[in-house]
Amino acid sequence: MENLAYVFFSAALINNFVLAYFVGLCPFFGVSNRVSTAIRMGGAVVFVMTLTSLAVSFLNAYVLPAAPYLRLISYIVVIASLVQIVEITIKKVSPTLFRQLGVFLPLITTNCAILYLALFQHARGYDFLEGLFFALGAGAGFTLALFLMASLRERAELADVPSAARSMGLAMIIAASLSMAFMGFAGLFSS
Amino acid sequence: MSPATEKTPSAVFLRGIWEENPVLIQLLGLCPALAVTNTVENAIAMSVATTFVLVGSSSIVSLIKRWVPAQVRISTYIMIIATFVTIVDLSMGAVAPGASRALGAFVPLIVVNCMILGRQEAFASKNPLGFSVLDALGVSAGFWIALLILGGVRELLGAGTLLGVQVMPVAWEPWVIMILPPGGFLTLGVVLLLMGWWTERGEETEEAVQPRRWPQGVRTEQPAGRVRAGSGGSDGTDRTGGRH
Repeated sequence: MENLAYVFFSAALINNFVLAYFVGLCPFFGVSNRVSTAIRMGGAVVFVMTLTSLAVSFLNAYVLPAAPYLRLISYIVVIASLVQIVEITIKKVSPTLFRQLGVFLPLITTNCAILYLALFQHARGYDFLEGLFFALGAGAGFTLALFLMASLRERAELADVPSAARSMGLAMIIAASLSMAFMGFAGLFSS
Repeated sequence: MSPATEKTPSAVFLRGIWEENPVLIQLLGLCPALAVTNTVENAIAMSVATTFVLVGSSSIVSLIKRWVPAQVRISTYIMIIATFVTIVDLSMGAVAPGASRALGAFVPLIVVNCMILGRQEAFASKNPLGFSVLDALGVSAGFWIALLILGGVRELLGAGTLLGVQVMPVAWEPWVIMILPPGGFLTLGVVLLLMGWWTERGEETEEAVQPRRWPQGVRTEQPAGRVRAGSGGSDGTDRTGGRH
């Protein structure tokens, strides 16, 4: 069980997808204007990541040993159709939630964090359970980073900064300091 | 502004380099731009791979655009891009194993580079083969420039070298933070701030010109308009000239 906790916290904090690996930057800068939308996006990503991890475990076990060169194509097809299925299901089951998620669901298909999760799960040889915790940790870390970024940007909007910094430049500098702060987690697990 | 709407071959090519630079202006494809630019060598390897994928998929998409139904076009584009990325990934592993190891998972991740999908959706699916290839080459050149700027600054400050050759004096204490993740955000942030400052400076001088001409130009609006367009145009060329 210690191993699963390590997998979770390592993906969430030490090797945070956004701040240490630079994946999922498009939604990180794109939807981090408001805290409420950031949390919703984070929830959608956690959900899709968990499903992706399950699908990847299945593919790795039963399909890909026969055709390893199709790995990338099958991952991307599975992710794209998974997002589509989730979208249709939510639309049918809970129209309210569907309206709230809005454009974020289709956007997740091109979120590199999801594909990175799939590739990483394979590269590290995670089994079913480890993969699940890895996905949950990565999703939690993504949501945390998005939430922190959105809170800071809401504050920065009211601050009196030079107008040249009103563009994405300021957001980048904020991300740099967040990333620096997350480097401190490197000492969390000492072997 | 006018070159953006014109459709001459040179305008299509040049637009991607500066006016619609994928990384520095449109902020697309940030993941590879930040993740692999800790050395110039990695930046070059990533640019080569991305150029191949972009040019290849743009040509195919442009050739088959007539037979792709609108409902499944995005999935079709992604499949085409994924095919080219698989080619790059496998051949890179065979030809340049070192670069392939250094870039790691970021070669397969070219599939979800929004810059590539964006060019298919916005340009290659609506234009003939020649223009699509030119557009892909222009955008790739813009990507090259952005990655070389980021990789150059980060390697120079973070390791004191350029392409592995010692450039800084031996006494130079490397800023290790620059080759770590925060350095990527920091470098791009500073570049964007400088660009914002530069653009603003251009607008300010334009505004400073405007009030002085205003009293004479109030009655006849045409001269004022012409002055403004003229200064905007010259400013544009200045900017491009200053950068390269």
